[in-house]
Amino acid sequence: MGSSSPGREGIGRPGEGARASARPRRVPAYRRSAEFRWTHDAERCARCKRCVQQCGFKALSWEDGPVVDPDKCVGCHRCETFCPQEAIAVVPNVQHYRPHPLWGQAHRQNVYLQAETGGVLLTGMGNDLPYPILWDHLLLDACQVTNPSIDPLREPMELRSYLGRIPDKVEVKMKDGRPEPATEMGPVLQVETPIIFAAMSYGSISLNAQKAIAMAAAECGTLWNTGEGGLHEELKPYADRAFVQCASGRFGVHADYLNAGAAIEIKIGQGAKPGIGGHLPGEKVSAAVSETRMIPVGSDALSPAPQHDIYSIEDLKQLIFALKEATNYEKPVSVKIAAVHNVAAIASGIVRAGADMVYLDGFRGGTGAAPTIIRDHLGIPIEIAIAVVDQQLREEGIRNRASIVAAGGIRSSADAAKAIALGADAVAVGTAALLALGCTLCQKCYTGKCSWGITTQDPRLTRRLDPYVGSKRVANLVRGWSAELEEILGAMGVNAVESLRGSRERLRAVGLDKTTLEILGVKPAGVGA
Amino acid sequence: MSDSGFDRDRRSVSGCGLSGMMSLTGERVTGEAIRDSIAILHERSNGLGGGFAAYGMYPHRKDQFALHIMYYGAEAQGQAEAVLGEAFDVLHDERIPTRPNPGVVDPPDLMRYFVLPPAGKLEESGMSAEDYVLARVMRVNSEIPDAFVFSSGKNMGAFKAVGYAEDIADFFRLEEYEAYIWIAHGRFPTNTPGWWAGAHPFTLLDWAVVHNGEISSYGINKRYLEMFGYQCTMRTDTEVMAYLLDLLIRRHGLPVEVACDVLAAPFWEQIERMPEEKQRLYTMLRQVYGSALVNGPFAIIFARDGEMVGVNDRIKLRPLVAARKDKWLYISSEEAGIRGMCPEPDLVWAPRAGQPVIGRLGSDVVVGEPGVGETAGMGQEVPSG
Ligand code: SF4
Ligand code: SF4
Repeated sequence: MGSSSPGREGIGRPGEGARASARPRRVPAYRRSAEFRWTHDAERCARCKRCVQQCGFKALSWEDGPVVDPDKCVGCHRCETFCPQEAIAVVPNVQHYRPHPLWGQAHRQNVYLQAETGGVLLTGMGNDLPYPILWDHLLLDACQVTNPSIDPLREPMELRSYLGRIPDKVEVKMKDGRPEPATEMGPVLQVETPIIFAAMSYGSISLNAQKAIAMAAAECGTLWNTGEGGLHEELKPYADRAFVQCASGRFGVHADYLNAGAAIEIKIGQGAKPGIGGHLPGEKVSAAVSETRMIPVGSDALSPAPQHDIYSIEDLKQLIFALKEATNYEKPVSVKIAAVHNVAAIASGIVRAGADMVYLDGFRGGTGAAPTIIRDHLGIPIEIAIAVVDQQLREEGIRNRASIVAAGGIRSSADAAKAIALGADAVAVGTAALLALGCTLCQKCYTGKCSWGITTQDPRLTRRLDPYVGSKRVANLVRGWSAELEEILGAMGVNAVESLRGSRERLRAVGLDKTTLEILGVKPAGVGA
Repeated sequence: MSDSGFDRDRRSVSGCGLSGMMSLTGERVTGEAIRDSIAILHERSNGLGGGFAAYGMYPHRKDQFALHIMYYGAEAQGQAEAVLGEAFDVLHDERIPTRPNPGVVDPPDLMRYFVLPPAGKLEESGMSAEDYVLARVMRVNSEIPDAFVFSSGKNMGAFKAVGYAEDIADFFRLEEYEAYIWIAHGRFPTNTPGWWAGAHPFTLLDWAVVHNGEISSYGINKRYLEMFGYQCTMRTDTEVMAYLLDLLIRRHGLPVEVACDVLAAPFWEQIERMPEEKQRLYTMLRQVYGSALVNGPFAIIFARDGEMVGVNDRIKLRPLVAARKDKWLYISSEEAGIRGMCPEPDLVWAPRAGQPVIGRLGSDVVVGEPGVGETAGMGQEVPSG
């Protein structure tokens, strides 16, 4: 190619030239296009080979210059990020088929792919279909004149929150003329900000990634969650700020594990895959993972869809109390469920079964691996789930008995503030924490090849993620969001997060229908106090 | 339903002036002093509402519940009286005496009833006399659109109207009553046309509350109260305040000081500096009663038989001043208001943010009085941000 060429495209066609940056593609008998177009400017290239080394998906190889296998490029942008010459650009490979409103590109591609493999299509991360995002239809209130706003830079602002079962009232007795509590408080978790981390197991993410999050949780006075993969030796120092999870596979669950954490979480479901168990492919089960999960190296770690000892709410109650017995009633127990249509009644049952927290995971929640069709079509939005669960528990007079943690698509402090105003006690973030660690949302976590060392067990890749540096980035995120929450509280004229919690009066909606407004318990914009 | 102004669909937000005075020995005086005090605070109201509450004013019927009811029309009165006749022994009824005042226009019909729950019915209901009365009052107020019970305690009474407080005092002839506690309110509503029932004080049995402020945590305070069966039908911040006090003090049995520390909770930083036992109590109070924290600017004066309390929000966003003179306690939005009741007080002080000032009948010690009343230790300095 001549020197005037702006670059060479990665969708190789045979015979394009001796130094084509793409290997000639096997020409399929049936049509299926690469998802990304990897373009490379040979003029700028310093031939350092860094791109080839960086690609976790082995899409690049060196043949007198970087060459791409277009079927392998997932668009993670690792090569582009690390190219010292800015010689690489990875762009979506837009297909100019005849447009069809019903049969969009993704549908056609999926059909082609399944026609080839006959399998269930897998994916990672959260639902990427353009369902309405209710957060973006909700607006927060602010003070003007009649009630003053409060300046968070000059006045104290309190985000400290407690998670767990809270009694309905405090009984006070007088002793020597001083009031003393006669009420006993069970175990509750103190967090310095209502932002905690979502469950991401060691196995689905790397030890370095989990360590970064655990260290950030300790630094910010908040909580992390082991997920269902057990607790690795190296994370024991951070266990006092961890939910230790007990999921259907019961990987790594034993008495010491249960007693090591700050709280126990029973995982019934996950927003990204309600009704579906977990699947950690054998490739991700390294020696260390095998030890922590207590399963053989290289074996698939399959969590059954249901917990096989829970087929009813009574069974759940037994498990809750079995776990409480095992931990001497010193640990609060959380039950995590996917937000599904009947979530309010289910949550109420969970609270009545003795759970101290209900963790609601909306249909946009992330995952390390899930069938695409499940991720994209099951469940309900977290916004709705918070609203109906909070309201139901209030109507039943049992709202104090359990905290509500909301997760599944919390993108910013504004989403967090809206979730809290709808009634959540805290929000949990997973994807946002991974973004802070470098994730570019390529959605290929299930392959175990994450170029950023996050959702992989390949030591060549995981060592890219320095847990210390990572923890600082994740802690910065929590600090930034917390500071923004303080700004929001101040603008609303309150100085403690409990005055926002459940205060739907401070929310207004734009562009929502009447029924949705009623379900959310929010007035439309334009309606005053 | 008439358009009488019983507008229950919008929440009232207001700025205001407050005054209260109490004889710690139970000495009764007429309503002239409190009238003069609230008149000085004229600029704090806009003529869209004012009112008074007085304690010890019906000594000849001190064991009976005194119901003050306003009616718009004979039909409402008929309906309400049917409810009263059914639920109570009505021992006496009369028009509340008024005198025409050009500043008080379109008054509703104002009636006063002295009632007792019949022993048989009370027993049947399984409730305390107070709860029995409260349930009936709530029923009249929520079911009969043009009737409104605005006072229902024993040996006390509330008076309120649309107008300036000093004109309202004249209208209700308050110089003819004697009481040992008087509290008063002049209102500056910003978003509702004044309406009689919405004026302060807000009362619940023998509790009366006057309030200056706008509750920024209204939404959650209201939803919290709903869990305990309180319906905030009046849509005023003061109603929320009164129900919270009722819940905390009457139903949950918290001492008044502790209840004040729920409404104006100390900061975590302050709690961390408390001695261990106290820290345990205050941590628990915030954990349990986070939804009862009243955030945003407020100053309130509330009273019940034998007690008058003034308190404001945790960072003192609304003014409140207290004073002592002999056996009297005075509280007002401004020192000028105090001097209207008591030209030469012995001691005037500004209570700290969240520090309640509490006068109790028969006790010379006022909680919150500098140097004397350092009590359960509430109301510390606000930490800087
Ligand atoms: S990283 Fe950039 S400069 Fe280095 S070989 Fe690859 S394209 Fe060339
Ligand atoms: S974690 Fe890694 S594999 Fe998963 S979406 Fe992010 S960058 Fe891609």
